Amino acid sequence: MNASPVYLDAASAAPLHPVARQALLAALDDGWADPQRLYAPARRARQLLDAAREAAAATLGVRPDELSFTPSGTAAAHSAVLGGLAGRRRAGSGLVHSAIEHSAVLHAAERHVAGGGTATSVPVNRVGRIDLDAWSTAVGAPGTALAALIAASHEVGTVQPVAAAGAVCAAAGVPLYVDAAQVVGHAPVPAGWSVLTASAHKWGGPPGVGLLVVRKGTRWESPWPMDEREAGRTPGVVNLPAVVAAAASLRAVAADAAARSARLARLVDRIRARVATEVPDVEVVGDPEDRLPHLVTFSCLYVDGEALLHALDRRGFAVSSGSSCTSSTLRPSHVLAAMGVLSHGNVRVSLHRDTTEAEVERFLTELPGIVGALRAEAGVVGL
Amino acid sequence: MTAPEVIDCRGQRCPLPVITLARRLPELPVGALVRVLADDPAAAVDLPAWCRLRGQEFVGRVDGPDGPGFDVRRRR
Repeated sequence: MNASPVYLDAASAAPLHPVARQALLAALDDGWADPQRLYAPARRARQLLDAAREAAAATLGVRPDELSFTPSGTAAAHSAVLGGLAGRRRAGSGLVHSAIEHSAVLHAAERHVAGGGTATSVPVNRVGRIDLDAWSTAVGAPGTALAALIAASHEVGTVQPVAAAGAVCAAAGVPLYVDAAQVVGHAPVPAGWSVLTASAHKWGGPPGVGLLVVRKGTRWESPWPMDEREAGRTPGVVNLPAVVAAAASLRAVAADAAARSARLARLVDRIRARVATEVPDVEVVGDPEDRLPHLVTFSCLYVDGEALLHALDRRGFAVSSGSSCTSSTLRPSHVLAAMGVLSHGNVRVSLHRDTTEAEVERFLTELPGIVGALRAEAGVVGL
Repeated sequence: MTAPEVIDCRGQRCPLPVITLARRLPELPVGALVRVLADDPAAAVDLPAWCRLRGQEFVGRVDGPDGPGFDVRRRR
Protein backbone atom coordinates (compact mmCIF):
# COMPACT_ATOMS: atom_id res chain seq x y z
CA MET A 1 0.00 0.00 0.00
CA ASN A 2 1.26 3.45 -0.74
CA ALA A 3 -1.54 5.43 0.86
CA SER A 4 -0.33 8.85 1.94
CA PRO A 5 -0.40 9.33 5.71
CA VAL A 6 -3.39 11.12 7.26
CA TYR A 7 -2.85 11.98 10.90
CA LEU A 8 -6.15 12.10 12.81
CA ASP A 9 -5.04 11.71 16.42
CA ALA A 10 -4.40 15.29 17.52
CA ALA A 11 -6.08 14.61 20.89
CA SER A 12 -3.16 12.29 21.72
CA ALA A 13 -0.50 14.62 20.34
CA ALA A 14 -0.92 17.47 17.86
CA PRO A 15 1.82 17.87 15.23
CA LEU A 16 4.47 20.36 16.33
CA HIS A 17 3.38 23.90 15.43
CA PRO A 18 5.94 25.72 13.22
CA VAL A 19 6.20 28.48 15.83
CA ALA A 20 7.03 25.84 18.46
CA ARG A 21 9.74 24.38 16.27
CA GLN A 22 11.27 27.77 15.61
CA ALA A 23 11.18 28.78 19.29
CA LEU A 24 12.54 25.41 20.38
CA LEU A 25 15.55 25.63 18.09
CA ALA A 26 16.30 29.21 19.16
CA ALA A 27 15.96 28.35 22.86
CA LEU A 28 18.25 25.32 22.52
CA ASP A 29 21.01 27.79 21.68
CA ASP A 30 19.95 30.48 24.09
CA GLY A 31 18.19 28.82 27.01
CA TRP A 32 20.30 25.90 28.20
CA ALA A 33 21.65 27.45 31.42
CA ASP A 34 20.05 27.05 34.86
CA PRO A 35 17.74 30.07 35.30
CA GLN A 36 18.41 30.09 39.07
CA ARG A 37 22.10 30.98 38.77
CA LEU A 38 23.75 34.40 38.84
CA TYR A 39 25.74 34.81 35.67
CA ALA A 40 25.01 36.07 32.18
CA PRO A 41 23.80 32.82 30.47
CA ALA A 42 21.63 32.08 33.52
CA ARG A 43 20.14 35.57 33.42
CA ARG A 44 19.33 35.02 29.74
CA ALA A 45 17.64 31.72 30.61
CA ARG A 46 15.70 33.45 33.41
CA GLN A 47 14.50 36.11 30.97
CA LEU A 48 13.27 33.41 28.58
CA LEU A 49 11.48 31.58 31.38
CA ASP A 50 9.85 34.75 32.70
CA ALA A 51 8.75 35.76 29.19
CA ALA A 52 7.31 32.28 28.56
CA ARG A 53 5.37 32.41 31.82
CA GLU A 54 4.03 35.88 31.07
CA ALA A 55 2.97 34.86 27.56
CA ALA A 56 1.22 31.68 28.72
CA ALA A 57 -0.47 33.48 31.61
CA ALA A 58 -1.65 36.32 29.36
CA THR A 59 -3.08 33.82 26.87
CA LEU A 60 -5.01 32.04 29.62
CA GLY A 61 -6.02 35.30 31.35
CA VAL A 62 -4.28 34.48 34.64
CA ARG A 63 -1.46 36.06 36.67
CA PRO A 64 2.07 34.88 35.86
CA ASP A 65 2.72 33.92 39.50
CA GLU A 66 -0.33 31.63 39.38
CA LEU A 67 1.16 29.53 36.57
CA SER A 68 3.83 26.82 36.86
CA PHE A 69 5.36 24.69 34.12
CA THR A 70 5.41 20.96 34.90
CA PRO A 71 7.24 18.03 33.24
CA SER A 72 3.97 16.84 31.58
CA GLY A 73 0.22 17.27 31.56
CA THR A 74 0.01 14.11 33.67
CA ALA A 75 2.36 15.55 36.30
CA ALA A 76 0.23 18.71 36.33
CA ALA A 77 -2.96 16.66 36.84
CA HIS A 78 -1.38 14.62 39.64
CA SER A 79 -0.20 17.85 41.30
CA ALA A 80 -3.61 19.48 40.94
CA VAL A 81 -5.46 16.59 42.57
CA LEU A 82 -3.00 15.64 45.31
CA GLY A 83 -2.02 19.26 46.05
CA GLY A 84 -5.65 20.39 46.15
CA LEU A 85 -6.43 17.63 48.64
CA ALA A 86 -3.31 18.29 50.73
CA GLY A 87 -4.12 21.98 51.01
CA ARG A 88 -7.61 21.23 52.27
CA ARG A 89 -6.91 18.35 54.63
CA ARG A 90 -8.37 20.30 57.55
CA ALA A 91 -11.70 20.54 55.69
CA GLY A 92 -11.80 16.79 55.03
CA SER A 93 -10.48 14.06 52.78
CA GLY A 94 -13.27 13.76 50.22
CA LEU A 95 -12.54 14.03 46.51
CA VAL A 96 -15.42 14.42 44.06
CA HIS A 97 -14.76 13.77 40.37
CA SER A 98 -16.73 12.98 37.24
CA ALA A 99 -16.80 9.38 36.02
CA ILE A 100 -15.10 10.49 32.80
CA GLU A 101 -11.95 12.21 34.07
CA HIS A 102 -8.64 11.50 32.36
CA SER A 103 -6.88 8.43 33.74
CA ALA A 104 -4.18 10.74 35.23
CA VAL A 105 -6.84 12.24 37.51
CA LEU A 106 -8.35 8.84 38.33
CA HIS A 107 -4.94 7.38 39.17
CA ALA A 108 -4.25 10.30 41.51
CA ALA A 109 -7.67 9.62 43.06
CA GLU A 110 -6.69 5.96 43.56
CA ARG A 111 -3.53 7.09 45.34
CA HIS A 112 -5.63 9.35 47.57
CA VAL A 113 -8.01 6.49 48.43
CA ALA A 114 -5.11 4.11 49.09
CA GLY A 115 -3.87 6.69 51.61
CA GLY A 116 -7.16 6.62 53.51
CA GLY A 117 -9.12 9.33 51.65
CA THR A 118 -12.41 8.92 49.84
CA ALA A 119 -13.40 9.54 46.24
CA THR A 120 -16.91 9.95 44.84
CA SER A 121 -17.47 9.43 41.14
CA VAL A 122 -20.31 11.48 39.63
CA PRO A 123 -22.13 9.72 36.76
CA VAL A 124 -22.68 11.04 33.25
CA ASN A 125 -25.60 10.64 30.88
CA ARG A 126 -25.64 8.86 27.49
CA VAL A 127 -23.88 11.77 25.73
CA GLY A 128 -21.24 11.99 28.46
CA ARG A 129 -22.35 15.05 30.42
CA ILE A 130 -22.28 15.02 34.23
CA ASP A 131 -25.46 14.86 36.24
CA LEU A 132 -25.47 18.27 37.95
CA ASP A 133 -27.85 17.13 40.71
CA ALA A 134 -25.55 14.24 41.60
CA TRP A 135 -22.60 16.65 41.39
CA SER A 136 -24.30 19.08 43.82
CA THR A 137 -25.10 16.30 46.28
CA ALA A 138 -21.54 14.95 46.19
CA VAL A 139 -19.87 18.37 46.46
CA GLY A 140 -22.18 19.40 49.30
CA ALA A 141 -21.44 16.28 51.37
CA PRO A 142 -19.54 16.92 54.62
CA GLY A 143 -15.77 16.56 54.31
CA THR A 144 -15.48 17.32 50.59
CA ALA A 145 -12.03 18.82 50.09
CA LEU A 146 -11.76 19.10 46.30
CA ALA A 147 -13.85 18.59 43.17
CA ALA A 148 -12.37 17.66 39.77
CA LEU A 149 -14.11 18.11 36.43
CA ILE A 150 -12.66 17.72 32.95
CA ALA A 151 -13.56 20.76 30.81
CA ALA A 152 -14.47 18.57 27.84
CA SER A 153 -14.13 14.85 27.38
CA HIS A 154 -10.87 13.81 25.75
CA GLU A 155 -12.56 10.67 24.45
CA VAL A 156 -15.95 11.80 23.15
CA GLY A 157 -15.65 15.60 23.05
CA THR A 158 -18.69 16.46 25.17
CA VAL A 159 -18.26 19.85 26.87
CA GLN A 160 -18.99 19.81 30.59
CA PRO A 161 -21.07 22.45 32.42
CA VAL A 162 -17.99 23.88 34.17
CA ALA A 163 -19.53 27.24 35.07
CA ALA A 164 -22.56 25.61 36.72
CA ALA A 165 -20.41 22.98 38.44
CA GLY A 166 -18.09 25.76 39.62
CA ALA A 167 -21.00 27.75 41.04
CA VAL A 168 -22.03 24.69 43.05
CA CYS A 169 -18.45 24.38 44.34
CA ALA A 170 -18.22 28.08 45.20
CA ALA A 171 -21.47 27.91 47.18
CA ALA A 172 -20.11 24.90 49.11
CA GLY A 173 -16.66 26.47 49.60
CA VAL A 174 -14.98 23.62 47.70
CA PRO A 175 -12.22 24.44 45.19
CA LEU A 176 -12.78 23.16 41.65
CA TYR A 177 -9.96 21.65 39.62
CA VAL A 178 -10.53 21.71 35.85
CA ASP A 179 -8.50 19.53 33.47
CA ALA A 180 -8.48 21.72 30.36
CA ALA A 181 -6.06 19.64 28.29
CA GLN A 182 -8.41 19.32 25.30
CA VAL A 183 -9.74 22.87 25.52
CA VAL A 184 -6.66 25.11 25.79
CA GLY A 185 -5.74 26.23 22.27
CA HIS A 186 -9.06 25.02 20.82
CA ALA A 187 -11.85 26.81 22.70
CA PRO A 188 -12.20 29.49 25.38
CA VAL A 189 -11.26 28.28 28.87
CA PRO A 190 -14.40 28.21 31.02
CA ALA A 191 -14.68 30.27 34.23
CA GLY A 192 -15.32 29.06 37.75
CA TRP A 193 -12.19 27.05 38.59
CA SER A 194 -9.53 27.36 41.29
CA VAL A 195 -6.94 24.99 39.80
CA LEU A 196 -6.44 24.32 36.08
CA THR A 197 -4.09 22.10 34.09
CA ALA A 198 -3.19 21.72 30.41
CA SER A 199 -0.66 19.91 28.24
CA ALA A 200 1.47 21.53 25.53
CA HIS A 201 1.54 18.67 23.03
CA LYS A 202 -2.25 18.82 22.77
CA TRP A 203 -2.08 22.30 21.21
CA GLY A 204 0.99 21.87 19.02
CA GLY A 205 3.71 22.52 21.58
CA PRO A 206 6.40 19.94 22.30
CA PRO A 207 5.73 16.92 24.55
CA GLY A 208 7.00 17.14 28.12
CA VAL A 209 5.44 20.45 29.16
CA GLY A 210 2.36 20.77 31.34
CA LEU A 211 0.68 23.82 32.83
CA LEU A 212 -0.49 23.99 36.42
CA VAL A 213 -2.43 27.12 37.36
CA VAL A 214 -3.37 27.72 41.00
CA ARG A 215 -5.55 30.77 41.53
CA LYS A 216 -4.55 33.23 44.27
CA GLY A 217 -6.26 32.41 47.54
CA THR A 218 -6.70 28.71 46.73
CA ARG A 219 -5.66 26.34 49.51
CA TRP A 220 -3.20 24.20 47.60
CA GLU A 221 -0.08 22.57 48.98
CA SER A 222 2.58 20.82 46.93
CA PRO A 223 2.32 17.04 47.35
CA TRP A 224 5.97 16.63 46.33
CA PRO A 225 9.21 16.94 48.33
CA MET A 226 10.20 20.58 48.75
CA ASP A 227 11.78 22.34 45.79
CA GLU A 228 12.02 26.06 45.26
CA ARG A 229 11.47 26.06 41.50
CA GLU A 230 8.20 26.99 39.82
CA ALA A 231 6.86 28.70 42.95
CA GLY A 232 7.40 25.47 44.88
CA ARG A 233 4.57 23.75 43.00
CA THR A 234 6.54 21.19 40.99
CA PRO A 235 10.06 19.88 41.61
CA GLY A 236 13.01 19.94 39.24
CA VAL A 237 14.49 22.27 36.68
CA VAL A 238 12.12 22.90 33.76
CA ASN A 239 12.93 21.88 30.20
CA LEU A 240 13.36 25.51 29.24
CA PRO A 241 13.61 25.17 25.44
CA ALA A 242 10.41 23.10 25.44
CA VAL A 243 8.71 25.58 27.80
CA VAL A 244 9.65 28.48 25.52
CA ALA A 245 8.28 26.56 22.52
CA ALA A 246 5.11 25.66 24.41
CA ALA A 247 4.40 29.28 25.37
CA ALA A 248 5.15 30.64 21.89
CA SER A 249 2.93 28.07 20.19
CA LEU A 250 0.13 28.61 22.72
CA ARG A 251 0.07 32.29 21.86
CA ALA A 252 0.07 31.45 18.15
CA VAL A 253 -2.74 28.88 18.31
CA ALA A 254 -4.84 31.08 20.59
CA ALA A 255 -4.56 33.98 18.13
CA ASP A 256 -6.42 32.11 15.36
CA ALA A 257 -8.33 29.58 17.49
CA ALA A 258 -11.79 30.89 16.62
CA ALA A 259 -11.35 30.58 12.86
CA ARG A 260 -9.51 27.25 13.04
CA SER A 261 -12.03 25.74 15.44
CA ALA A 262 -14.94 26.85 13.27
CA ARG A 263 -13.34 25.13 10.25
CA LEU A 264 -12.59 21.93 12.20
CA ALA A 265 -16.08 21.91 13.75
CA ARG A 266 -17.60 21.89 10.26
CA LEU A 267 -15.38 18.96 9.29
CA VAL A 268 -16.40 17.11 12.46
CA ASP A 269 -20.07 17.79 11.61
CA ARG A 270 -19.45 16.22 8.23
CA ILE A 271 -17.77 13.16 9.79
CA ARG A 272 -20.61 12.72 12.29
CA ALA A 273 -23.27 12.91 9.58
CA ARG A 274 -21.53 10.80 6.95
CA VAL A 275 -20.33 8.04 9.29
CA ALA A 276 -23.85 7.71 10.72
CA THR A 277 -25.43 7.37 7.26
CA GLU A 278 -22.72 5.56 5.27
CA VAL A 279 -21.44 2.98 7.75
CA PRO A 280 -24.18 0.50 8.75
CA ASP A 281 -24.64 -0.29 12.46
CA VAL A 282 -22.47 2.46 13.83
CA GLU A 283 -23.04 4.51 16.97
CA VAL A 284 -21.65 8.06 16.83
CA VAL A 285 -21.24 9.05 20.47
CA GLY A 286 -20.91 12.28 22.47
CA ASP A 287 -22.98 15.45 22.31
CA PRO A 288 -23.54 16.46 18.64
CA GLU A 289 -23.73 20.19 19.48
CA ASP A 290 -22.08 21.11 22.76
CA ARG A 291 -18.74 19.48 22.03
CA LEU A 292 -15.08 20.09 21.27
CA PRO A 293 -14.56 21.47 17.76
CA HIS A 294 -11.93 18.97 16.68
CA LEU A 295 -12.90 15.55 18.02
CA VAL A 296 -15.44 12.84 17.14
CA THR A 297 -15.87 9.26 18.35
CA PHE A 298 -17.91 6.36 16.96
CA SER A 299 -18.22 2.62 17.51
CA CYS A 300 -18.80 0.01 14.81
CA LEU A 301 -20.96 -2.94 15.89
CA TYR A 302 -19.32 -6.40 15.71
CA VAL A 303 -15.93 -4.98 14.67
CA ASP A 304 -12.74 -5.67 16.62
CA GLY A 305 -11.23 -2.29 17.55
CA GLU A 306 -7.64 -3.42 17.20
CA ALA A 307 -8.29 -4.94 13.77
CA LEU A 308 -9.99 -1.69 12.71
CA LEU A 309 -7.04 0.43 13.87
CA HIS A 310 -4.60 -1.80 11.98
CA ALA A 311 -6.76 -1.75 8.84
CA LEU A 312 -6.96 2.04 8.97
CA ASP A 313 -3.22 2.26 9.61
CA ARG A 314 -2.55 0.16 6.50
CA ARG A 315 -4.48 2.77 4.51
CA GLY A 316 -2.42 5.54 6.14
CA PHE A 317 -4.97 6.72 8.74
CA ALA A 318 -3.74 7.34 12.28
CA VAL A 319 -6.60 7.30 14.82
CA SER A 320 -7.02 6.10 18.39
CA SER A 321 -9.57 3.85 20.08
CA GLY A 322 -11.24 3.30 23.44
CA SER A 323 -11.83 -0.40 22.75
CA SER A 324 -10.47 -2.82 25.32
CA CYS A 325 -8.38 -4.78 22.82
CA THR A 326 -6.41 -1.62 22.04
CA SER A 327 -5.55 -0.83 25.68
CA SER A 328 -2.68 -2.29 27.64
CA THR A 329 -5.06 -3.29 30.45
CA LEU A 330 -7.52 -5.00 28.04
CA ARG A 331 -10.33 -3.05 29.69
CA PRO A 332 -12.78 -0.91 27.74
CA SER A 333 -12.57 2.87 28.05
CA HIS A 334 -14.03 3.98 31.37
CA VAL A 335 -15.55 6.94 29.53
CA LEU A 336 -17.52 4.80 27.06
CA ALA A 337 -18.50 2.47 29.94
CA ALA A 338 -19.77 5.39 32.06
CA MET A 339 -21.87 6.59 29.11
CA GLY A 340 -23.26 3.12 28.46
CA VAL A 341 -22.31 3.17 24.79
CA LEU A 342 -20.77 0.46 22.64
CA SER A 343 -17.07 0.11 23.43
CA HIS A 344 -15.90 -2.31 20.76
CA GLY A 345 -15.04 -1.22 17.23
CA ASN A 346 -14.36 2.23 18.65
CA VAL A 347 -12.54 4.97 16.75
CA ARG A 348 -11.64 8.45 17.94
CA VAL A 349 -10.84 10.93 15.19
CA SER A 350 -9.25 14.22 16.24
CA LEU A 351 -8.30 16.98 13.82
CA HIS A 352 -5.58 19.63 13.91
CA ARG A 353 -4.63 22.84 12.14
CA ASP A 354 -3.14 21.03 9.14
CA THR A 355 -6.07 18.65 8.61
CA THR A 356 -7.50 19.28 5.14
CA GLU A 357 -10.97 18.74 3.74
CA ALA A 358 -9.44 16.34 1.20
CA GLU A 359 -7.99 14.20 4.00
CA VAL A 360 -11.34 14.01 5.76
CA GLU A 361 -13.03 13.15 2.46
CA ARG A 362 -10.57 10.34 1.82
CA PHE A 363 -11.20 8.96 5.30
CA LEU A 364 -14.96 9.11 4.79
CA THR A 365 -14.70 7.51 1.37
CA GLU A 366 -12.54 4.60 2.54
CA LEU A 367 -14.07 3.91 5.97
CA PRO A 368 -17.28 2.10 4.87
CA GLY A 369 -15.28 -0.34 2.74
CA ILE A 370 -12.73 -0.98 5.51
CA VAL A 371 -15.47 -1.66 8.09
CA GLY A 372 -17.41 -3.76 5.56
CA ALA A 373 -14.35 -5.89 4.76
CA LEU A 374 -13.66 -6.56 8.45
CA ARG A 375 -17.29 -7.56 8.98
CA ALA A 376 -17.22 -9.86 5.95
CA GLU A 377 -14.02 -11.46 7.22
CA ALA A 378 -15.61 -12.05 10.65
CA GLY A 379 -18.83 -13.40 9.11
CA VAL A 380 -21.03 -10.86 10.87
CA VAL A 381 -22.64 -9.12 7.88
CA GLY A 382 -26.41 -8.89 8.29
CA LEU A 383 -26.41 -9.88 11.97
CA MET B 1 -40.31 -20.54 35.49
CA THR B 2 -37.82 -22.35 33.29
CA ALA B 3 -34.13 -21.59 33.60
CA PRO B 4 -32.75 -19.35 30.87
CA GLU B 5 -30.69 -20.84 28.07
CA VAL B 6 -27.02 -20.33 28.86
CA ILE B 7 -24.62 -19.12 26.19
CA ASP B 8 -21.09 -19.70 27.42
CA CYS B 9 -18.79 -16.96 26.06
CA ARG B 10 -16.20 -17.24 28.79
CA GLY B 11 -12.71 -16.77 27.44
CA GLN B 12 -14.01 -14.85 24.41
CA ARG B 13 -12.74 -11.35 23.81
CA CYS B 14 -15.13 -8.60 22.78
CA PRO B 15 -16.85 -8.29 20.36
CA LEU B 16 -17.25 -12.11 20.23
CA PRO B 17 -19.81 -12.42 23.09
CA VAL B 18 -21.99 -9.79 21.40
CA ILE B 19 -21.69 -11.60 18.06
CA THR B 20 -22.57 -14.94 19.66
CA LEU B 21 -25.66 -13.39 21.25
CA ALA B 22 -26.66 -11.68 18.00
CA ARG B 23 -26.48 -15.06 16.21
CA ARG B 24 -28.41 -17.03 18.80
CA LEU B 25 -31.19 -14.68 19.90
CA PRO B 26 -33.13 -14.60 16.58
CA GLU B 27 -33.32 -18.43 16.68
CA LEU B 28 -35.31 -18.27 19.93
CA PRO B 29 -38.98 -17.27 20.30
CA VAL B 30 -39.91 -13.70 21.21
CA GLY B 31 -40.03 -13.50 25.01
CA ALA B 32 -37.24 -16.06 25.48
CA LEU B 33 -34.60 -15.32 28.10
CA VAL B 34 -30.91 -16.14 27.65
CA ARG B 35 -27.98 -15.79 30.01
CA VAL B 36 -24.65 -14.85 28.41
CA LEU B 37 -21.68 -15.93 30.50
CA ALA B 38 -18.81 -13.61 29.60
CA ASP B 39 -15.69 -12.70 31.54
CA ASP B 40 -14.30 -10.11 29.15
CA PRO B 41 -14.67 -6.75 30.94
CA ALA B 42 -16.07 -5.11 27.80
CA ALA B 43 -19.08 -7.47 27.81
CA ALA B 44 -20.60 -5.61 30.76
CA VAL B 45 -20.66 -2.47 28.60
CA ASP B 46 -21.33 -3.93 25.18
CA LEU B 47 -24.13 -6.42 25.90
CA PRO B 48 -26.48 -3.75 27.35
CA ALA B 49 -25.46 -1.34 24.54
CA TRP B 50 -26.25 -4.00 21.91
CA CYS B 51 -29.68 -4.59 23.48
CA ARG B 52 -30.41 -0.85 23.32
CA LEU B 53 -29.28 -0.59 19.69
CA ARG B 54 -31.25 -3.69 18.65
CA GLY B 55 -34.41 -3.04 20.68
CA GLN B 56 -33.89 -6.11 22.89
CA GLU B 57 -34.30 -6.13 26.65
CA PHE B 58 -31.26 -6.20 28.90
CA VAL B 59 -32.65 -7.77 32.06
CA GLY B 60 -29.58 -7.48 34.26
CA ARG B 61 -26.28 -8.83 35.42
CA VAL B 62 -25.97 -11.90 37.66
CA ASP B 63 -22.68 -12.72 39.34
CA GLY B 64 -22.71 -16.43 40.14
CA PRO B 65 -20.25 -19.28 40.57
CA ASP B 66 -19.77 -19.34 36.78
CA GLY B 67 -18.61 -15.72 36.77
CA PRO B 68 -20.50 -12.74 35.37
CA GLY B 69 -23.75 -13.56 33.57
CA PHE B 70 -25.87 -11.15 31.53
CA ASP B 71 -29.58 -11.86 31.08
CA VAL B 72 -31.21 -10.77 27.83
CA ARG B 73 -34.82 -11.21 26.70
CA ARG B 74 -35.82 -11.30 23.05
CA ARG B 75 -38.40 -8.53 22.49
CA ARG B 76 -38.72 -8.44 18.70
